[in-house]
Amino acid sequence: MFTNFFYELKDGGVPVSINEYLMLMEALQAGCTDYEIDQFYYLARSTFVKDEKNLDKFDRVFGKVFQGIEFIGEEAVEIPEEWLRKMAELHLTQEEMDEIEALGDWDKIMETLKKRLEEQEKRHQGGNKWIGTAGRSPFGAYGYNPEGVRIGQDKGRHGKAIKVWDKREFKNLDDSVELGTRNIKVALRKIRQFAREGEATELDLDDTIRSTAHKGYLDIKMVPERHNAVKILLFFDIGGSMDPHIKLCEELFSAARSEFKHLEFFYFHNCLYEGVWKDNKRRHNDTMPTMDVLHTYPHDYKVIIVGDASMSPYEIAYPGGSVEHWNEESGETWLRRLLSVYSKTIWLNPIPEKHWEYEQSIQMIKQLMENRMFPLSISGLEDAIKELRR
Amino acid sequence: MSLNDPTQQSRFSGTENYVATDDLKVAVNAAATLKRPLLIKGEPGTGKTVLAQEVAKAFDTDLIEWHIKSTTKAHQGLYEYDAVSRLRDSQLGDEKVKDIRNYIKRGKLWEAFTHEKTPVLLIDEIDKADIEFPNDLLLEIDRMEFHVYETGETVKAVNRPLVIITSNNEKELPDAFLRRCFFHYIKFPDEATMLDIINVHYPDIKKELAREALSIFFDVRNVPGMKKKPSTSELLDWLKLLMSEDLPMDVLKSKDPKTLIPPLHGALIKNEQDIHLFERLAFMSKRT
Repeated sequence: MFTNFFYELKDGGVPVSINEYLMLMEALQAGCTDYEIDQFYYLARSTFVKDEKNLDKFDRVFGKVFQGIEFIGEEAVEIPEEWLRKMAELHLTQEEMDEIEALGDWDKIMETLKKRLEEQEKRHQGGNKWIGTAGRSPFGAYGYNPEGVRIGQDKGRHGKAIKVWDKREFKNLDDSVELGTRNIKVALRKIRQFAREGEATELDLDDTIRSTAHKGYLDIKMVPERHNAVKILLFFDIGGSMDPHIKLCEELFSAARSEFKHLEFFYFHNCLYEGVWKDNKRRHNDTMPTMDVLHTYPHDYKVIIVGDASMSPYEIAYPGGSVEHWNEESGETWLRRLLSVYSKTIWLNPIPEKHWEYEQSIQMIKQLMENRMFPLSISGLEDAIKELRR
Repeated sequence: MSLNDPTQQSRFSGTENYVATDDLKVAVNAAATLKRPLLIKGEPGTGKTVLAQEVAKAFDTDLIEWHIKSTTKAHQGLYEYDAVSRLRDSQLGDEKVKDIRNYIKRGKLWEAFTHEKTPVLLIDEIDKADIEFPNDLLLEIDRMEFHVYETGETVKAVNRPLVIITSNNEKELPDAFLRRCFFHYIKFPDEATMLDIINVHYPDIKKELAREALSIFFDVRNVPGMKKKPSTSELLDWLKLLMSEDLPMDVLKSKDPKTLIPPLHGALIKNEQDIHLFERLAFMSKRT
């Protein structure tokens, strides 16, 4: 019945399974909703969406699949100018409206609105290759197609002016956007590997009780302390083109620091060469040879490199290419050396993924890293962690 | 209304103490009809836990609450075998020791399965527990039955209880678990819904006070850079304070930059850094 919808959801990146589909059928059969599109939307949403980050995707697919249905039984009001004005109110601030209105030029308003909407369309679509924006084709007369943008009556109590799924209220819960210290911590927590090793120093209460009760006399059981056994080396690109991303990196750093017991961090500039440093103030006098790093930390360390990888290709490929000093060997050589020691290495890039292809150096590094480069967003971080855990 | 009778169209539509949005009603009713668990997520303080209490009230049945901590294990919800008491009793020569059933302690799920009225079972903050916790409960919640190894009996739900699960998103829940649930995300109420909520809790609040307080509240929430945004429960506490202090209305109304920090802000702003943020904003607006 709704198989089409089901497959569209799957294509749209909402993780759905046959279970959920059957559940929806069951619910419909049991008469959980009246035959009303809003109710159906709510029911389908609570059946198919299991995580708020997928709500927006769901809304977009729903809008696309059921486009036009919502007009059934509803009066379509067609007073173009009236509701275009409404549209303008929605998308322009009061100040902007006043300003334009003062000019007394309706066309001007429409032009501004059109621009604004165009911007918004672009923004909404950013990085989502799989769908147009809810089937809107916004430009007809006055740059608008009245059927594309569903605005009916006055925005009443029921919020019917724009359909709920078209409001896309859950837009900013999409996990490619927000990143805070807490979010990072939660993501980093996933690479924890708990292990009990070393001396048995802790009383294992449960096992003691179990064993005592079974044997009938006091039988004390000890276990080694449980701790996070994961070891991390962090390399931070610092200075220059990284400055705009400094806040993100700080957040990542502070989160990582509190999460891992075995965490070592080093700074580098643009690309990894023969020296790294721990204190940015004394970077020129107090560097540590990269070779020593490779020798000091055993190969079971996991390596996270954070950098925008944006530089001149020479800085990677040629000896002496570094902007700061004369390097005997190329950055590429050093990176390869690092990779040969640490098999679990990933590169986090604060630059959004969609811009990567325009930067030659990013492509080069990505190739060197065997594609293990991830954007520094929550979903990117999660993928990166998955890669590290493999 | 009752959860027992499948023929009777039981519908949850909010209670006198709880304002339920349309989407929430649909989700609750679907879960109640199909007897599937309902997973509730949302910002802290948007009434996730209260929902279970109100649903139980609306369906006129009992609520069994199981609050999850980081140390909670799945089997504690089924039953626990108290070997220690049994050992002690055996050493004292107590007669009780002959029957192992005396040492089986029933957990919340057992309680819910055998309750005479179909109850509402709240599993609160499931994400607090270990990452494997939801998986361990998969079968029990799905089939609504489990086996007691010590006595060899099988406990099966007479009436499938309505299970409501809340999560604060600290851990991701396993897919297999999610597939069995209905899901609802309580989004932060808009101003109209919020006004309804206030009226439900304080029916005799002065309209003017509610309106002013609400506009301050949403202003506070919109301040960029807030660490912890105040939520519904904080707003309600704050209103209670405002009402009991009986402040003159003009204190709230004054848009004087000196009083940029709302009166009795302690109820709204719970974070030291946020208070500093406000003080800094107040200082800056004083200078301009």
